[in-house]
Amino acid sequence: MALWKPDPSFYPSAKMAMQAPPERHAYVAALNPDGGEKPDAICVVDLDPDSASYSQVVGELELPYVGDELHHFGWNACSSALCPFAPHPHLERRYLVVPGLRSSRIYIIDTKPDPRQPHIVKTLEPEEVIGKSGYSRPHTVHCGPDAIYISAMGSAKGDEGPGGIFMLDHFSFSVVGPWELHRGDQELAYDFWWHLAEDVLISSEWAKPSQFENGLVPEDLLANKYGHRIHFWDLRKRRLAQSIDIGAEHQMLLELRPAHDPTKDYGFAGVVISTEDLSASVWTWYREGGEWKMKKTISIPAVPADEESLPEALKPFKAVPPLVSDIDLSLDDRFLYVSCWGTGELHQYDVSDPFNPRLTGKVEIGGIVARKGHPKADRQLLGAPQMVEISRDGRRVYFTNSLYSSWDDQFYPDKMTGWMVKVNIDPSGGMELDPDFFVDFGKTRVHQVRLEGGDASTDSYCFPS
Amino acid sequence: MIALGAFHGLNPGMGWLFALSLGLQQHSGRVIWISLFPIAVGHAAAIVAVVLIVLAGLQVISFHRLQWLTAVLLLGFGIYKLFNYYRHPRWVGMKVGMRDLLLWSFLMATAHGAGLMVIPALLGVAEEQKSHHAGGHPAMLEGGAMLLAVGAHTLSMLLVMGAVAWIVYRKLGLSVLRQKWINFDLIWAVALLVVGGVALWMAI
Repeated sequence: MALWKPDPSFYPSAKMAMQAPPERHAYVAALNPDGGEKPDAICVVDLDPDSASYSQVVGELELPYVGDELHHFGWNACSSALCPFAPHPHLERRYLVVPGLRSSRIYIIDTKPDPRQPHIVKTLEPEEVIGKSGYSRPHTVHCGPDAIYISAMGSAKGDEGPGGIFMLDHFSFSVVGPWELHRGDQELAYDFWWHLAEDVLISSEWAKPSQFENGLVPEDLLANKYGHRIHFWDLRKRRLAQSIDIGAEHQMLLELRPAHDPTKDYGFAGVVISTEDLSASVWTWYREGGEWKMKKTISIPAVPADEESLPEALKPFKAVPPLVSDIDLSLDDRFLYVSCWGTGELHQYDVSDPFNPRLTGKVEIGGIVARKGHPKADRQLLGAPQMVEISRDGRRVYFTNSLYSSWDDQFYPDKMTGWMVKVNIDPSGGMELDPDFFVDFGKTRVHQVRLEGGDASTDSYCFPS
Repeated sequence: MIALGAFHGLNPGMGWLFALSLGLQQHSGRVIWISLFPIAVGHAAAIVAVVLIVLAGLQVISFHRLQWLTAVLLLGFGIYKLFNYYRHPRWVGMKVGMRDLLLWSFLMATAHGAGLMVIPALLGVAEEQKSHHAGGHPAMLEGGAMLLAVGAHTLSMLLVMGAVAWIVYRKLGLSVLRQKWINFDLIWAVALLVVGGVALWMAI
């Protein structure tokens, strides 16, 4: 634990982090949704192109319990440890904090000394997590300057809200307690991140546990009952400052990607679907005269399709919705990657001007109707670009294809299998699939990817680029 | 006292880095220099508070007992810090005014035992004053000498903070943090134990 110098993976600014050496391993959340005997796992994938086991699973940690439903996870510490008001520069980035979204269990997994043999060092049982935090269904994990912050979808009482955020102690990994002091009328939860230099936390809305655990509830969607608000909090006073309703038809406001440079106070939020025209959208938040505002800056239309090629839930609409499920912003705040999990596309936008994104690249793979293959897997592929992760230097993007077990089966009823691919990025814009990288996980489905040493959705920086 | 001040001045966690980040965030070199002052004042206030406690203590218990008490406190706190050197007060964010900075610095200094650390030196000053000016007004003289010592300590910290911030801001750049930010907290814990040991030796 005692380091003499700061962890070498901590960088004062995002710009400096872009000079980091290329990642060698990815940690991937793998789930086995069929129930039965097989538990979920954290898989280690070799990312070193010069290695003999490149693009293969070189390590696997099977969890001790069945049915956790791994989803998102994060590192115990990152560059925010250098923030000047609460510096902990001698913490080590070595533990993965891995919540079970269904079980409310949290595993603390050590990735040292051998990065290919991660092992569990602590398990926070559901009783402890729920009892001390007041929440259930833990989701997003962010390494803060003063604690580990985790969002949760449900309250301690079970299926109903409010969901919120709680904290883990940086050193002992024990649950500190709920984060909010005054939550106002915020009820639904999902993702969160922050503008650290502005003492602002931003949170988004997915749904209540009862609205997602057994699959998407079509009546609730058509009645616009999924989340459509974004919340801006005072990070210091731990209270809700402002909420924006972007319109009830914009259902499921999920991933939040603030600019990495702390002198910029804008960011991007992805919206899964509009109940008006099945389109998906990306919104830019920004501040004007002390007020937060939201502006729709990307709109991706649905694609007409034959009824017989569509799953039951989509037949009446005769179209494939793009279903933007994840977005990710490169460390230089220049490229935004947008997953279209319905149509089977990954879009790259130049967002140098955050109000006028420019489409600069597209990759097609999988998709509800298209089912496009990969050079290394020349067959119909189910699932589509979903969780995206960008290397620190912005030259490589990795993504997986599963959304959430019960939702996978609704949109891809022919039993999808898990896969992970890599995209090579042209630094001036544009991208293409790496023909040599395709990881086939078989029946196991894969969700979030974390890169060894850090990536574009882990670290927060307190110093300008 | 002066060396301790310089040590605090060097430690990025005690002030200059905070001042520097505020300057960078607001694109202003001036902000850096202005921010250093409330940090120094907060630090000095934390130590003056200890001076007052020592002076009050001297009215109540004997000099010798105070020496013992100091040694025990230093050793106890040093042992606690040795195993918890990484813990810091959890307060404040990045958007701070002068008052926040002052309070932050006061809290950091207090929580790290910066005041406790200087008691043996203060007691040394007090003793010297007493032997030089038998008769007179011992408490006032002691107080004056102690405040002088705190002033020297704070000035030393301020000068070192300013110099480090200037060098990092103008010459080295923030990447220096990655290489040179040694574990000041661990050094501090060891220093507490060493000073505690010296205090114990003096008491005996």
